[in-house]
Amino acid sequence: MQASNPVLKLKSAAITALVMLGLALLAYELPDILDKKVLSPEQHLTTVIWVGSVYSLFALGYALVFSILGVLNLSHSAVFMWGGYIGVMSVIRYDVPIYYTLPLAMLGGGIIGVLVDLIAFAPLRRRNAPRISQLISSLGASAVLVNLAQLEFGTSPERFPRTTLKELPYEATVARPYTIGWLGAEFRITPLQVSIVVIAFALMFLLQYLVARTKTGKAMRVVAFNQKVAGLLSISVGGIFRLTFFLAGALAGAAGVLYALAYPSLTPFTGDEMALKGLTVIVLGGLGSIRGAVLGGLLVAAFEVYATAIGYSWLKDALPFVALFLILLFRPQGLLGEATVKRA
Amino acid sequence: MGFVSDALASIGLNEFVITLMFVNAILAMSIYLTLYGGMFSLANAGFMAIGSYVSVILTQSHDWPFLPAILAGMVAAGLIAIPIGLPVLRLRDIYLAIATIGFVEITRIMILNLDKIIAEAYTRLHMESEPPKITNGPLGITGIPVETKLEYLVVTVIILSYFMIRMHRSRFGRALAAIRQDENVAASQGINVVYYKNAAFILGAMMAGLGGGFSGHLSRIIQPGSYGFGTAVDILAYSVLGGISSWYGPILGGLALTALPEVLRPLKEYTGLINGVVLLIFIAYLPGGLGDPALWRSVRKTVGRIINFINKGKTADAGA
Repeated sequence: MQASNPVLKLKSAAITALVMLGLALLAYELPDILDKKVLSPEQHLTTVIWVGSVYSLFALGYALVFSILGVLNLSHSAVFMWGGYIGVMSVIRYDVPIYYTLPLAMLGGGIIGVLVDLIAFAPLRRRNAPRISQLISSLGASAVLVNLAQLEFGTSPERFPRTTLKELPYEATVARPYTIGWLGAEFRITPLQVSIVVIAFALMFLLQYLVARTKTGKAMRVVAFNQKVAGLLSISVGGIFRLTFFLAGALAGAAGVLYALAYPSLTPFTGDEMALKGLTVIVLGGLGSIRGAVLGGLLVAAFEVYATAIGYSWLKDALPFVALFLILLFRPQGLLGEATVKRA
Repeated sequence: MGFVSDALASIGLNEFVITLMFVNAILAMSIYLTLYGGMFSLANAGFMAIGSYVSVILTQSHDWPFLPAILAGMVAAGLIAIPIGLPVLRLRDIYLAIATIGFVEITRIMILNLDKIIAEAYTRLHMESEPPKITNGPLGITGIPVETKLEYLVVTVIILSYFMIRMHRSRFGRALAAIRQDENVAASQGINVVYYKNAAFILGAMMAGLGGGFSGHLSRIIQPGSYGFGTAVDILAYSVLGGISSWYGPILGGLALTALPEVLRPLKEYTGLINGVVLLIFIAYLPGGLGDPALWRSVRKTVGRIINFINKGKTADAGA
């Protein structure tokens, strides 16, 4: 960078002025924020972890499809919503024991994911359509899935019946939290929250293992690197694509069930709120990085929870984007992503 | 003229819908400009919100006439695009898309909470007077008289089309095309990449602001909720489904995608579903969009072949 360039000088001056302004505002607000005595900050930390783990799990599906195919799958949020409905409705309509809802939703989500690939992505891949067309066709698939859910389940919010939640061990309802003392702080956690965190992280570790350590994972990485080379190495590229969509769909289904367990309000439009959140998560953490998605999920949850806690709930949706803006300006590859050099 | 509008109204395209179709055509053209320069920017929903709010506030609270207010909204969107474009346009592809979506969401949230922020500032600064209500929070501004007329929009679309056609063959258009194909090569040939990218971004923002001003004076009510992620993606869908390889593609896409749900309205609860299915079929069979020049060439060829075939048959008949 040449410091003599007047435009650059102006820009750095503008950035400095903005940062100073931000710091001044923060200094002005800080006593006020501290004065409000945030109700047990350590309690919010537990919320951040269990909400963030659901966000991460959801966002991983986006990251997976993006890193292997290089396209954004906008129907991922609709698969997530369907996963939630498969879980809730199998309990309400067919009295399925609650333990089976998770594998059921993962299987269902995976199958929907493969169908989305067959209908919305495969025809365009065959025609060598630009990636931007694939984005729009995934949008169409999303519209179809949301409308199907609306026709089948209606628009009133659904939830797991309270009685089935009691089937879980240790009466895993929100009503009976454990209190754990640690380092002088007290955490109140319900077993339900613990199981959500454990399941989410277990699935994420499984995925990490699959991609990093197995032969299938190696094949996936080869396809991500170069499809032609993968074909020459007799890797079934189409098969890897379908597998990717199945895995992403299964993750979305699992996240859907966990979300439905956490929040008692599942509607066909639940996915739309998550769609944007998931994108923020993966870009914050770094596209195509599993650890990045985990970090991003926790960060987004932290912004939401703490903004609400200090009385700025109206800012909670804007904060992740402000952070995103700043991160993209200084580290365009995301927090944990690796920089790729683009050559002419 | 009368029977044409009657016929259109009978399939669900009344005057309001047709006006809306042209508004969306303008929005689709606004995103075409950045896509032509290879920039995957989704910021136009935010600029649309700015144009819409600025012009509506000017006509409603400050008694401005319609046209100056619309132009003021357009200029406001362009001015805001300058500080946004300079840092953001360094990003590429999906990163640019997400950063611009961030801008859209931040704009929406700022509009949503503007009154709250002003009221807070008034109490902090111990001002006695009543804080003004500007954007009216989530309820939005209601009771806006309909001032957007179809004639204005048709004229605007024609002017913008002229601008687009000229753009392709101008220094500006060629520079953008070069940047789209390869930024580094373009820069090494002496094209000021930063300047042209920002110019395209600002012009696109102004067009989106114009479209926003028109839409604000058409729908009687504006709310921050209607300028979010969904709108940003919809504008992109108009442009891509219409086809981004020709200047008329986005216009076709904007018109067709706005008309589609209205035409499907008789299907009642299946409207949304069939709308999505049609979108999927369109994009699968016409990946280059409705306005794909190759598609029209092949259509012309096929039609020509059929006409030739008929003519040959006639001459053969005459010969016999």
